[in-house]
Amino acid sequence: MMDYQFNTADLFFALPELFMIAAIALILLLDLFVSERFQNLTYYLTQSTLAITGYFAFNLIGESAVIFDGTYVLDTIGSYFKVFMMVFSIVALVYSRHYLRAHNLLKGEYFILSLLSVLGMMVMVSAHSMLTIYLGLEIMSLSLYTLIAIARDRAVAVEAALKYFVLGAIASGLLLYGMSMIYGITGSLDIGQIAAFATGANLNSEQVLILNFGLVFLVIGIAFKFGAVPFHMWVPDVYQGAPTSVTMFLSTVPKFAATAMLVRLLIDGLGGLQAYWADLFIILAILSIGLGSLVALMQTNIKRLLAYSTISHIGFILLGFITGVVEGYGAATFYVLAYVLMSLTAFGIIIALNKQGFEADQIVDFRGLSKHSPWFALLMLFVMLSMAGVPPFIGFYSKLFILQQVVSAGYIYLAVAAVVFAVISAYYYLQIIKTMYFDDAEKEITVTAPLDMRIILSINGALILVLGLMPSYWMELAISLF
Amino acid sequence: MEFSSILFYVFGFCFVASSAMLVIARNTLKAAMLLILSFFSVASLWLLLEAEFLAITLILVYVGAVMVLFLFVIKMLNIDQSTIRAKFTTYLPLGIFVSMVVIAQMALVLSAGQFDLETVEEPARHIAGYSNITELASDLYTTYVYPFELAAVLLLIAIISAITLVHRKESRSKRQNISEQVSVQASDRVRLASISSTKTKKPK
Repeated sequence: MMDYQFNTADLFFALPELFMIAAIALILLLDLFVSERFQNLTYYLTQSTLAITGYFAFNLIGESAVIFDGTYVLDTIGSYFKVFMMVFSIVALVYSRHYLRAHNLLKGEYFILSLLSVLGMMVMVSAHSMLTIYLGLEIMSLSLYTLIAIARDRAVAVEAALKYFVLGAIASGLLLYGMSMIYGITGSLDIGQIAAFATGANLNSEQVLILNFGLVFLVIGIAFKFGAVPFHMWVPDVYQGAPTSVTMFLSTVPKFAATAMLVRLLIDGLGGLQAYWADLFIILAILSIGLGSLVALMQTNIKRLLAYSTISHIGFILLGFITGVVEGYGAATFYVLAYVLMSLTAFGIIIALNKQGFEADQIVDFRGLSKHSPWFALLMLFVMLSMAGVPPFIGFYSKLFILQQVVSAGYIYLAVAAVVFAVISAYYYLQIIKTMYFDDAEKEITVTAPLDMRIILSINGALILVLGLMPSYWMELAISLF
Repeated sequence: MEFSSILFYVFGFCFVASSAMLVIARNTLKAAMLLILSFFSVASLWLLLEAEFLAITLILVYVGAVMVLFLFVIKMLNIDQSTIRAKFTTYLPLGIFVSMVVIAQMALVLSAGQFDLETVEEPARHIAGYSNITELASDLYTTYVYPFELAAVLLLIAIISAITLVHRKESRSKRQNISEQVSVQASDRVRLASISSTKTKKPK
């Protein structure tokens, strides 16, 4: 092709991704040959890869460019999301290692697949074409399916992986079908050109009909990745069945990628149809908050409980996007940040109580935790109060910002319903606190976590309080991304 | 009607019919054969679209390699048909209902006339010596180089996943673990059980 321009200097803008894939290839080879002699090598290399990639992404903040013929975009929101994803992945892997050791799952492949899935998320965050969004999504999901099944001797894990795989394949099919409709009518995969078409003045009603038809399938694909009701069926089973370290990873970092996919497809691409997709989001949001709050009341398994709690948090995140204003999008992004912080701490504490052949995944396992380990019981108290939305924790402010935006957008009935369900959900969060502080332990509970995990977990839990006391910087940052 | 239109309808009908029969076929082997037929029909349709390279690749890769593997798996697993079919009819009414709704919606949208030749111009026919492969390669390595490399990463994940999930080092190898052997304790090997000599089991 004569008109193709390739500028080598453009590669600089994709430095985080390029470094990551090169490092993955290197670690893959090193793991094969030297892992017997230096057992922790893969782990440390993985962590440094994440740190260096995060550093590169941090340095690119403020730059913006569209490269690779419109398939890759570098902008502020992408760079910030990448930095967040790297930081939270590092924390998640610190916790994971302790779990993997206790359950004989410590293999190099675990870290390599985690890196690959993070790579897929980065691709999604920086996608500027429906093709790259889809490829990033598949890279992320395929690695996650394998990570769940990595505990292949446990029937529940294999079942969870298969369920996730089959439902994920159907969701991918629906998403692709929607993309094909959008491509058919706009004639382009490029997000910029789709946006130009969708906001065009001379759209006739038939073109809007086909755009909407495609839009519905895109929303289904996004709702599935978020786990919003009624596309939530996989969430409780996968959260419960997967090894806890994978559940923790699955419930935290990919939420950034799903948010990015939503931003790229619906706000950057089909922003002109905001009124249409906001209507769909109202249904998704209110069902998610309702079902997540009510069904969680009956759970005895804490991983399953957190799964339903996630579903209700997702409802709040989607509420932020209904408003259609920059402040609303910012509030939703801030909620994602707050949710990831809380979820990491909650799963971190579950992992900290792990022992060889024992998982603290029942609520009764937390009985009398305050007597054996007051510090970790206090951290869990922080998480539970924050998730319930009690001031001064970060969970309160994230809910408050969302509700403010929802009310000022004129959806007062949505705000009222969300608050009612939030009050109902406070019951099961308080139930856990009661179990930890007022019930007597039946058996000895020991915190088995090594020192590095204890330190990071403490910082992580303390941040829930500290960021709750001064949320304004992060809120302003989140709004400035849009 | 042009000859190529007749060919299009023949192959199109073949494709839809074989796909439909594939779903309802009782015999897995028959279903696999029908899948091969539908691949052939699609390849023929692609030939009509002047995508010769893709058509040949579809037959070589899918029919020649993937389907052969499928047939091997079907033969090796020896799946019991009745258990699979047992739940087929219970979900049939719901399945028919859902597919009818989807087909109706598609018909509604596609009949809106946005995809016909009046709005989308007909692609130009290429000259006889036109090279499909050159065109594909130049596109893949220039415009679509980033997605192309990502697809390669996807294949890498598939390889890593397959090996991770299937490879079992421990059960096969009889390699000695010296440090484990040296540090073994008597309590690891011998279990001393105290059995009371007075208490006897009730005779049945």
